Amino acid sequence: MAETVLETSGLTMTFGGVTACDAVDFKLKARELRCLIGPNGAGKSTFFKCLTGLLKPTSGAVFMQGEETTNWHTHEISSLGVGIKTQVASVLDGVTVHENIWLAARRFFSSSIAETKAKETIERLYLGDIAKSNVGQLAHGERQRVELGIVAAGDPWLVLLDEPAAGMTSEDVDRMTEIIREMTTTAAVIIVEHDMQFIRSIATDVTVFHQGGILLEGNVEQVMSDETVRNVYLGKKA
Amino acid sequence: MREITLQRFTLSIIIAAALMLFLPVIMNTFVLTPLLIYGMLGMSLGLIWGFGGILCFGQAAFFGLGAYAYAISAINIGESTIPMLIAVMVPAIFAAVLGAMMFYGRLGDVYLGVITLVVTLIFFKFMNSTAGPDYVIGTARLGGFNGIPGFQTLNIPGLPDDYIYGDSLYYVTFVLLVVAYWLVNWLLQSPFGRVAVAIRENEQRVSLMGYDIRARKTILFAIGGAIAGLAGALFANWAEIVTPGLFSLSQTAEIIIWCIVGGLGTRLGPILGAAGLAYLKFLLGQQAFIDNTIIMGLILVLFVLFLPKGLIPAIESVWKLSVGKRRRCHPSRRRKGRAITNG
Amino acid sequence: MDLAAVIVVETVYVIASLVLISAGLAIVFGMMKVINLAHGEFMMMGGYAAITAVNLGINIYVAILVIAPLVVGVIGLIVERLVIRHLYGRLVDTMLATWGLSLFFVGIVTMIFGNTTTGISTPIAGITVGNYQINGYNFFIIVVTILLVLAIYLVLKSTRLGLIARGTMQRSDMASALGYSPDRIYMATFFVGSAVSGLAGAVLAPLVGLGPSSGGAYIAKAFITVIAGGPSVIAGLISSGTVFGIVNQFFTFAMSPVIGEVALLVCAVILLRLLPQGITARFFKGKM
Repeated sequence: MAETVLETSGLTMTFGGVTACDAVDFKLKARELRCLIGPNGAGKSTFFKCLTGLLKPTSGAVFMQGEETTNWHTHEISSLGVGIKTQVASVLDGVTVHENIWLAARRFFSSSIAETKAKETIERLYLGDIAKSNVGQLAHGERQRVELGIVAAGDPWLVLLDEPAAGMTSEDVDRMTEIIREMTTTAAVIIVEHDMQFIRSIATDVTVFHQGGILLEGNVEQVMSDETVRNVYLGKKA
Repeated sequence: MREITLQRFTLSIIIAAALMLFLPVIMNTFVLTPLLIYGMLGMSLGLIWGFGGILCFGQAAFFGLGAYAYAISAINIGESTIPMLIAVMVPAIFAAVLGAMMFYGRLGDVYLGVITLVVTLIFFKFMNSTAGPDYVIGTARLGGFNGIPGFQTLNIPGLPDDYIYGDSLYYVTFVLLVVAYWLVNWLLQSPFGRVAVAIRENEQRVSLMGYDIRARKTILFAIGGAIAGLAGALFANWAEIVTPGLFSLSQTAEIIIWCIVGGLGTRLGPILGAAGLAYLKFLLGQQAFIDNTIIMGLILVLFVLFLPKGLIPAIESVWKLSVGKRRRCHPSRRRKGRAITNG
Repeated sequence: MDLAAVIVVETVYVIASLVLISAGLAIVFGMMKVINLAHGEFMMMGGYAAITAVNLGINIYVAILVIAPLVVGVIGLIVERLVIRHLYGRLVDTMLATWGLSLFFVGIVTMIFGNTTTGISTPIAGITVGNYQINGYNFFIIVVTILLVLAIYLVLKSTRLGLIARGTMQRSDMASALGYSPDRIYMATFFVGSAVSGLAGAVLAPLVGLGPSSGGAYIAKAFITVIAGGPSVIAGLISSGTVFGIVNQFFTFAMSPVIGEVALLVCAVILLRLLPQGITARFFKGKM
C-alpha cells in the first residue's frame, strides 16, 4: 500500500457568514491521480487554495508527507516539492519560455543542473519551437503548456492543477492529458476540473464536492452513475 | 560563451577608459563629476524599479542619508575611508528595515510610492528643523536648513592630508560608477537578478515556484539603497556641504524623471537619462528666461504620455526596425505599456 | 478651563483643515481611482487666484469662495482633457504624469509671480478666551469644511448626478450601456475635485505665506489622509482626518510643531502598514 502524501482534517474556510469549505477530510496517496469535481460554488477551488497556501483556512489542518503545513506561505509549501498551477495561467510574460522553466528548476537545483532540467522539460512538453519566445506573445494553449512546464521542472512529488484544460482546443487537451499521465509516474496529482470529457479521459478516481463538503469519492464511472451525483451536478447538464 | 563575455568585458573597459579620458577635454570636471554621481543615483532607482518592479518615490531619502552619514561620520572620524563605508551601510540598512516593513506587509505599488515619499518628507522636515545646538551627533551639528559644511572630504585611504578633489575626484567617481555598473550587471545575470526580474513580471508565480519574494525584494531594495548612499557620499564630497535639499520633493522627482526618460528596465537608460537631464538642467540654470522646473515637468508629462518606455528602448526599436528589414521581422505582440503597470 | 477650550478649538481646527486639504484629492481618488500628485499645486494656484482677485479689488469672500474654485476648476478641466483622460486605469502612470504637472505649475507660477512669498490678511479678528487668543479665521475654516462635507454628502446621496457618478465609478461599462458617458462624468468629477482643491487653497491662503512651492507642504498630508482613509470618500476623510489631527495636535502641544508634523507622517506610515486598504476598508465598509 502506498503511503499517504497529502491529508486534510476538518479543513474549514468561511468568508463572512458563508462556509465555502466545511470540515473536509481528504487523503491522497503517492502517485495517485485524483480529480476534484462539483458544481460551481461547491468549494473545490477554495479547498485547492487552502492546500496551496493562497488562502489561510479558518480551522482544520493540512499535512504534506506527514508534516503540518496549515498556515504556511505559498512559497514554503512549493519549496517542499509541490508543483502548483493556478486557474488563470500564471506565467512570467516579459521573459522567454526557457527562462520561465529555468527559474522554476533553479529553485531546486544548481544553475547548471537547472539548465539540463529546463532543456529536458522543454523537450518533454514540446516547447522546443517557442523556447526562445517571450511568453507574453504566446497563444492561450501554449501559455498553459508553459505553466505545466514550470510545474514539472522542479521534479515535484505532488502536483496541484486548477482547471488545466480550461479554454483549450481538443488537440491541446490531448497533449495535456499525455503530459499529466506522464507526471503520475513520479508524482501524486490533484486536478480541479469542470470539463467532464477531460475527466473521463484522464481520471480513475474522483472526489465530488457539494456545498463545501465531500459528497462522494470513488471510481469515475461509478460516481457518474450515482443517483445523488447526477442530481446535484450532472443532472442539470444531461 | 565565456570568451564572448571576456571580449565584451575588455571592450567595455576600453570604451569606459576612453570616455573617462575624453570627457574632460570637452567639459569641466567640476561639471562632469555631479553628472556621474547622478548617473549612479539614477542607476540605483533603475535597478529596483526597472528590474525589481519596486515603485520607490523616495530614492532621494537614501541619497541624502548617504550624504549626511558621510558628513557626520567624517567630522567625527577625520579620515574618509570608514565614513565612505558608513555612508553605504547606513542607507542600505535603513532600506532593508523599511523594505522589510513594506514587503512583509504585502503593500501594493501605490502604497509603496506613498510610504517612500512620506519617509523622504519626514527626513526633509526633520533635517530642516535641526538648526538648534541640541541637534548634535558626536561633534557634528546637524545645522538645520543650513546643512553641514566643513567636513573632511575624500582622502587617499590612510592619509588624511592627501585630499582627492577636482580632477582626481572625477576619476575616482568615474571608476566607482563603472564598478557599480558592472556589479549591477553581474547581479542581474545571476540567479538572484533573474528571480528579481521574474518577481517584477509576476509575484504570484514566483512564490508558487517556491521563492520567498518578500526577502528577495527586501534585499534588492537594500542594494538599491546602498548604491544611492554611495552616490550621496560622493555628492557630499563634491559639494563639500550637505543640506536638507538632498531630501526634497524635487530631488526625488528628478530621479524618477531620469529613469522614465532613459528607459525603465534598461541598464544604461537611467544612467544616461540622469547625466543628460542633469546637464540640461545645468544649461537651463545659466539662463533666466525659462524656469527649469517647467522643462522637467513637461518632459515627465510628455514621456509618460508619448514615450512611456523611455529613450533607450525607443532608439533600440528604431535601430532594429531599420536593420531588421533585411532579416525577417516578427510582428511584435508585446503588451502595451511598461513592464510595471497598475497596482 | 480656558486652556481646554482653546485646545479643543485648535484640535477641531486641525482636523477640519486636514479634511479641507484632502477633500479635492479624495473626490478624484475615491471616484476615479486617480491620484493627482499636482493636488498641492492646485491648492497653491487657488491661493494665488484669491490673492490676485483681492488685489484687483474684489471682495475677499467672493475671491475665496467663488473665483478661486472656478479658476482652478477650469485648470483642472484642461488638465483632464489634455493629460489625465489618456491615462485612465493606469494608476502609476497618472501619478507620474501629475507629478510632472506639479513641477510644471510650480515653474509657471514662479515665472509669473516670482519666487517670493505673498499673502493676504485674515478678514476676521481674533477672539479672546480668558488669557488666550484664538484666531477667529479658524472658525471660518471649520464652518467652510463642515459645509463642504455636507455638500459632498448631499450631492452624492440625493442628486441624480451623484447617483450617476457613483454608478459610473463602480461599473463604468454598465453606466455607458445605460446611456451615460463615463468620459463626461470623469471630466465633471475632475472639475469638481479641482475646484474643491482650489477652494481649499484659497481658504487657507490668509494663514500662510504663499509661494510657488507651497503646494509641497500640502500634498503629503492630503495624500496620506486620503490613502489612510480608504475607499469611502466622506467616512474616510473624517476618520483619518480625526486620527491625524489628534496625533498632530498632541505632539505639537507636547513638543513642537515640527515634531507634530513628523509624528503625523510617522503615524501615517504605521497606519498604512497596519491597514493597507485604509481605515474605511476595515471599519466603515460600504459607506460613502
